[in-house]
Amino acid sequence: MTEQQKANGHVQTVSVDDEPTTGVEGSQDVTAELCALAPIGLLAELTHRCPLQCGYCSNPIELERVANELTTEEWCSVMRQAGEMGVLQIHLSGGEPCVRKDLEEIVSAASEAGLYTNLITAAVTLKRERLEGLVKRGLDHVQISFQDVDPENAEHIGGYPGATQKKLDVAGWVTEMGVPLTVNAPIHRKNIKSVPAYVDLAIKLGAQRLEIAHAQYYGWAFLNRAALIPTYEDTLASIEFVEEARERLKGVLTIDMVVPDYYAKRPKPCMGGWAKGFMNVTPAGKVLPCHAAESIPELEFDNVRTRKLRDIWLDGSAFNAFRGTSWMKEPCRSCAFKDIDYGGCRCQAMAMTGDPRNTDPACALSPYHAEMVNFAKEEASKPPTEFLYRNPRNAAKALKAKEETLLPAE
Amino acid sequence: MTGETPPPRRLMVDRETKPKLPPYLKLRHDAGRDRWVLLAPERVLTPDQTAVAVLQLCDGERSVKEIAAKLAEEYSAPVDVIAADIVELLQDLADKGYVKG
Repeated sequence: MTEQQKANGHVQTVSVDDEPTTGVEGSQDVTAELCALAPIGLLAELTHRCPLQCGYCSNPIELERVANELTTEEWCSVMRQAGEMGVLQIHLSGGEPCVRKDLEEIVSAASEAGLYTNLITAAVTLKRERLEGLVKRGLDHVQISFQDVDPENAEHIGGYPGATQKKLDVAGWVTEMGVPLTVNAPIHRKNIKSVPAYVDLAIKLGAQRLEIAHAQYYGWAFLNRAALIPTYEDTLASIEFVEEARERLKGVLTIDMVVPDYYAKRPKPCMGGWAKGFMNVTPAGKVLPCHAAESIPELEFDNVRTRKLRDIWLDGSAFNAFRGTSWMKEPCRSCAFKDIDYGGCRCQAMAMTGDPRNTDPACALSPYHAEMVNFAKEEASKPPTEFLYRNPRNAAKALKAKEETLLPAE
Repeated sequence: MTGETPPPRRLMVDRETKPKLPPYLKLRHDAGRDRWVLLAPERVLTPDQTAVAVLQLCDGERSVKEIAAKLAEEYSAPVDVIAADIVELLQDLADKGYVKG
């Protein structure tokens, strides 16, 4: 538990983070009470279209086609249902949510449903007048990603010329309008040394919050692991710097950090537990317990086009597949930490061991753990490779190649 | 240099502080859960009754001393104990960026 989530006697804090794998985090009692009947956070991936092509993207390789995206009315219905069932925060994301011409109507529906409305954007296409309109309709918070603090490297990572100046402009408007700003810093090998510069940037922009989000290896990022995995030493240095900065900047800047787990001994409590407090709706309306869940082939997902959101949350087969702890195998089943880390991440277990019921290989108790750590260290020690950029052409290419899983220890 | 805005500083709450909530914080009664929640960027805070009573008085006009006096009367409790409790509560929230002076 971070400093942020500690109780002060009268108020407890639960984070409802949109980052892949973070989900809901807070003390067990409060989280259980808040999430008893409904999730408190919903990530609405409005589209997979995006002007940027970042190789660290955790969207699935197979990007959803425009023709399959939910209609305006379908998204507005999702917002109303979410408000009614007890969701408190909505993250409008993608892809790039601003690509949707009906973002205004969706924000209005979310705001009218009483949802705290977050816009997660790359900001390169957002105009001042449009932002003003969104704020008038009830937008509560804007999060802008910066691919690096150095403009040249940022533009290389995102594959979008002139991106940095556009992002700086939008960030300025956000704070001018009195709207809280989060600077999102997606961290990996090609920008990990910029962590201190990100802190300075966030302060300069008047951000309320900075998200140091080490890449999590799903979707495109899994494919690009070799180009992304930082060295153990750089990882450690970045974590130490953030911990020091957090203390120094108390009351000035909130810093959230999503740490990489390839070098960890204990797995992350992925999503705060499968189907415990967070849900995800894909551009085509599929409802997922986490945004990488489609990588588990045995799961079947309900769609908001054919079933009520609340029924899906309570009774959907994908939600019940790994809810609680009864699905666990050894070593999770008899583990003292099973109610703390929930066995880690099902999607990572699937990707690396071929069985989503296995312990996440990030756990030192997993027979696959040593190989995972070796893989990370080996990749990080090689000269950096180039990204496979996230775009439809590369998607077609990547879908043809098949990923192989790790081998367990003897 | 002149003309530059000074860097933001940590608010140190004392009895003279006139606390207010920034506009982006939403104190809301959640009917479904029958409890108060404070909504912030990617956070849900769960204030208890005492915290709700304090937060509802944080209007940027009243000082901590005045808030304490008002609550001491309402709850017939010693004002010093209440004031100390409020300072601790608000300092914690200020350190998270949720209370401004």
